[in-house]
Amino acid sequence: MGTSVFYLVAFLSIFFSLMVIFAKNPVHSVLYLIVTFFTFTVHYILLNAQFLAVVNFIVYMGAIMVLFLFVLMLLNLNKENEPLKSGLVKVVGIVAGCCLVVTLVGSLKATAVSDPLVLQNPNLGLVKNLGKELFGPFMLPFELSSILLLTAMVGAVLLTKKEKV
Amino acid sequence: MDISFVIEKFILVAIIFGISLVIAMYSTYAERKVAAFLQDRLGPDRAGPFGILQPLADGLKMFMKEEIIPTHANKWLFMVGPGLAMLTACIGTAVIPWGSPITTAAGRVIPLQVTDINVGVLYIFGVVSLGVYGVMIGGWASNNKYSLLSAIRAASQNISYEVAMGLSIIALLLVTNTMSLKEIVDMQHGWHWNVLYQPLGFLLFIICAFAETNRAPFDLPECETELIGGYHTEYSSMKLGFYLFAEYINMFVSSAVMATLYFGGYNYPGMDWVLTQVGPVIAPLIGTAVLFAKIFAFIFFFMWVRWTIPRFRYDQLMHLGWKVLIPIAIANVIITGIVIAIVEKF
Repeated sequence: MGTSVFYLVAFLSIFFSLMVIFAKNPVHSVLYLIVTFFTFTVHYILLNAQFLAVVNFIVYMGAIMVLFLFVLMLLNLNKENEPLKSGLVKVVGIVAGCCLVVTLVGSLKATAVSDPLVLQNPNLGLVKNLGKELFGPFMLPFELSSILLLTAMVGAVLLTKKEKV
Repeated sequence: MDISFVIEKFILVAIIFGISLVIAMYSTYAERKVAAFLQDRLGPDRAGPFGILQPLADGLKMFMKEEIIPTHANKWLFMVGPGLAMLTACIGTAVIPWGSPITTAAGRVIPLQVTDINVGVLYIFGVVSLGVYGVMIGGWASNNKYSLLSAIRAASQNISYEVAMGLSIIALLLVTNTMSLKEIVDMQHGWHWNVLYQPLGFLLFIICAFAETNRAPFDLPECETELIGGYHTEYSSMKLGFYLFAEYINMFVSSAVMATLYFGGYNYPGMDWVLTQVGPVIAPLIGTAVLFAKIFAFIFFFMWVRWTIPRFRYDQLMHLGWKVLIPIAIANVIITGIVIAIVEKF
């Protein structure tokens, strides 16, 4: 049962991520992106990573995407005030598209059926075990990344502050 | 996973769903009665004895009204908005333990909780953070500047107060050492309620709960004097009803969460004595009744505050959230940590 659920959810993830790109309206794009993140949450649950699943749910779906939606709703982008694309942009687009095709063909050629994925430690995703791992063997990287986030936060606050003349 | 398990859960879900809808329905009646009491009026008293049928009349009115979808509104999202608001309001009840498990005569144990996931607290938090989408999508799809402004107010308010709420929950988790709501409730057996260990955390949590449910004094998203009606200005008929209704369900769910996290859930002093007196089938039901009494007390408190305190100004709201509640919440986490470390040491 697990595999068929995985394939269904994987199909939905890819489908909705494609919808993000193809949707004409930017607000619709963001809404599709939210659904995509929801399917990721389901993937985490399938991998028994409950903590990661719920954090993905809270942080990505609940906070970051709200801010995305926020900005797009305020900008109110639509067809009329979209800047005209110059010829150069089109050329760049064609080149980038060709690069993508080459990469896709190359990677498709190199694909092989992978070995079935076996979770090394199925209970690692539970809160208690994850916490013990993070504050045990991975203490230093964990603390460093939190300092990185703090730096970004301070930077963001500084950017919004008006400079005193 | 046998079939009786599925049926059992299905019945439980149906009952909880029904109860939350009925309670939300009668909360509208209670709100008007409480408001009338606080303002020395009578309140609704025409439909049935004491106006007890008023919610039905209101519901009928909502259904019968003409449904208007504005011409330039985004039709699909305009309809999704209220539905999403209702959905996110309702799914929070899934992890709340409504009573201790009932042991039937046949020896079967029926838990009065739909699911006991080990990240229950975070699940509630996730549902709360999702709640803003119903308002945002509805406000944007209405294609009305007032609705949009109000939706953005709602979103920024919810995000701001989620931070303080999350921090107050962290302090609680330091005390409980678990995120499963079932275990948190069982820990508070008798009178060992968490509010005794986390009074400041509870105060922060209840303030944030008011903000998250968009209740007065934090009801800026529906501030009539500034925004006509708020995010549901363009809504009519039962879609409007859904938005109003979702607010009452949210109030019920957050009351249930507060009763569960801080006020012992279905625990009450002297419950062991009661268990020996009435047996293992009736005692859990008494516990459930106690839980609902706590929930009703919280709902009354919500209404009491609404009809007592005036609305915040927007900058005051942001000031309170970011510059007052968050520092206090962080201090609460640190103090709790230090106290726990000292207690464990000695």
